[in-house]
Amino acid sequence: MSKTESSATPGPSQSVQPRRQISGFKRFRKVFFGRPVVLVGITIIFILAIMAIFSAWIAPYDPYEQNLGRILEGPSRDHLVGTDTLGRDVLSRIIYGSRTSIIIGFMAVSIAALIGMSLGLVAGYMGGIIGMIIMRLIDAMMNFPMILLALLMAALLGGGMTNIIVALGISSIPPYARLMFGQAVSIRENDYVLAARSLRASNIRIMLRHVAPNAFPPLIVMMTMQIGGTILAEAGLSFLGVGIKPPGAAWGAMVSEGYRYLLTNPELSIAPGFCIMLVVFGYNMVGDGLRDALDPRLRGTL
Amino acid sequence: MTTYIYRRLIQSFIVIILTTMILFLIVRLMPGDPILLYVSQDEYTRITSLDEIQALRHQFGLDAPLMVQYGRWIWGVLHGDLGKSIFWGTTVWQELKRAMPVSLFVGFGAWIFSHSIGIVLGVITAVRRGKWEDTLLTTLANLGITIPNFWAGILLIYLFGLHLGWFPIQGWVPPWKDFWGCIYHMILPWMCIAVFPMGGGIRQTRSSILEVIRQDYVRTAWAKGLSERRVIFFHVLKNGLIPVVTLTGMSVPQIFGGQVLIETVFNIPGMGRLATDAVFAQDYSIMQGLSLMMCTLVVFTNLLVDISYGWLDPRVRYS
Repeated sequence: MSKTESSATPGPSQSVQPRRQISGFKRFRKVFFGRPVVLVGITIIFILAIMAIFSAWIAPYDPYEQNLGRILEGPSRDHLVGTDTLGRDVLSRIIYGSRTSIIIGFMAVSIAALIGMSLGLVAGYMGGIIGMIIMRLIDAMMNFPMILLALLMAALLGGGMTNIIVALGISSIPPYARLMFGQAVSIRENDYVLAARSLRASNIRIMLRHVAPNAFPPLIVMMTMQIGGTILAEAGLSFLGVGIKPPGAAWGAMVSEGYRYLLTNPELSIAPGFCIMLVVFGYNMVGDGLRDALDPRLRGTL
Repeated sequence: MTTYIYRRLIQSFIVIILTTMILFLIVRLMPGDPILLYVSQDEYTRITSLDEIQALRHQFGLDAPLMVQYGRWIWGVLHGDLGKSIFWGTTVWQELKRAMPVSLFVGFGAWIFSHSIGIVLGVITAVRRGKWEDTLLTTLANLGITIPNFWAGILLIYLFGLHLGWFPIQGWVPPWKDFWGCIYHMILPWMCIAVFPMGGGIRQTRSSILEVIRQDYVRTAWAKGLSERRVIFFHVLKNGLIPVVTLTGMSVPQIFGGQVLIETVFNIPGMGRLATDAVFAQDYSIMQGLSLMMCTLVVFTNLLVDISYGWLDPRVRYS
């Protein structure tokens, strides 16, 4: 009937318009950047990164500089968010606090992902007794509420950034191990794994070269989502007094400090908490976008 | 089905033993000495000489080697004796008995509230996908999983407690003494605890129901001309809710002691607060007793959830 109008694929004229093939990468871009909420998330993360890297240039004051003559002031022209109990500028502490949050979030998630994925990979691919033991241990860890585990470990190791990273990292391991386990179990049934084994590839090679790369998409999504969760957990720990303690600038600790002055200076608690929320929102939205874009079943639909 | 239950029972038992052993080790490895903390807490404590400190240590059995301590503790547990708190002097069981009902009430109430509403709202967003209900609820759900719940607590306290004066800002009233007073105190904490699971529940329900709606058997049901209500309730919900039920079940352990932050903000004497206080006071006995109790409760509820999951989804039983 009608001639084909598409210019991309010259072919025999048919009544059906041939579809243009979109490459995988373009489809990913279209879906990922398609949702406005995801774009908002990306912007937030970008701003946060700038804030963390260029803190020294952006912050109006030194976050540790005490000024006992001007304590507990409300927002003013000098101090846009006011001063805290020791006269330190709250805005600068918030800006420097972004560093703490990003570093802890990334490092703790990296540790958890590395250890968790390795455990899950070995347990899933090898199976048998080793797999069972590993997964039972992971289940035991998963049973315990994560914040209590982190609390215990943080109390064991003491405060400070490195110890918090280790504590949060180790308590976050179970989800990665479980996910990787499930992925490995289903991937190892594939033909290419069988082909590799028939070529006498060592188990380690198969695991690292064939199973792991194919298991990545959901894991990347999980890592992004977990960054938000880890930042929340770190804020919670600092709020309890176990994590970063003052004078260190951490958002959770600032909320805890400001809690006592809620009637007179509510911004001391509200501002840092709002930042926590914004950052977590950003990471979660980006994680959502990644998941929608990478999920093969959805094929780019919403 | 029974073999499945037996297997899970044995595994749960092993898990409890393993976890308590690990926690025992962690607790004992902590730097700091509980006896010294106890002695220095009160300037009027008469115990100052080294001999008396040693005597205290011996009384709590802290001078024996680790394995012996562990053995003694297990022996005591099997006989129903969880030991004495180092810091507060009461028995561990007394403290647990005091704190557990509080946490259960707070946590359970919030759990029922959040999951029932969350699932219903999630179904609504899935069914009305793309319309304004969907956008509004999804945005709220996303906000729900991002708000730090202790900050939400502080915000609510500030708005409703201090400024508007509608609700009390903290405290705990036992429900058997004054039921409505208790509920009145619990509204703010319940809202804070519920925010995160509700958000997660809405999102999870939405995605799993959307997946089910695409299936062919649902399309057949539509094609047959069944009413919307019948299609949704009969065909979609039963299968779509399986992952949601798993998630709901997995969040039950949170009730027991996962509410540390809310209990701190609202000053509720529950198990989470007990745990934090014990950690700061390095009270070994309470920490061990608490972890044993929580571990048992958690494993038990997980077992129940797994069994119900095996009943709901027959494929699981034969794996």
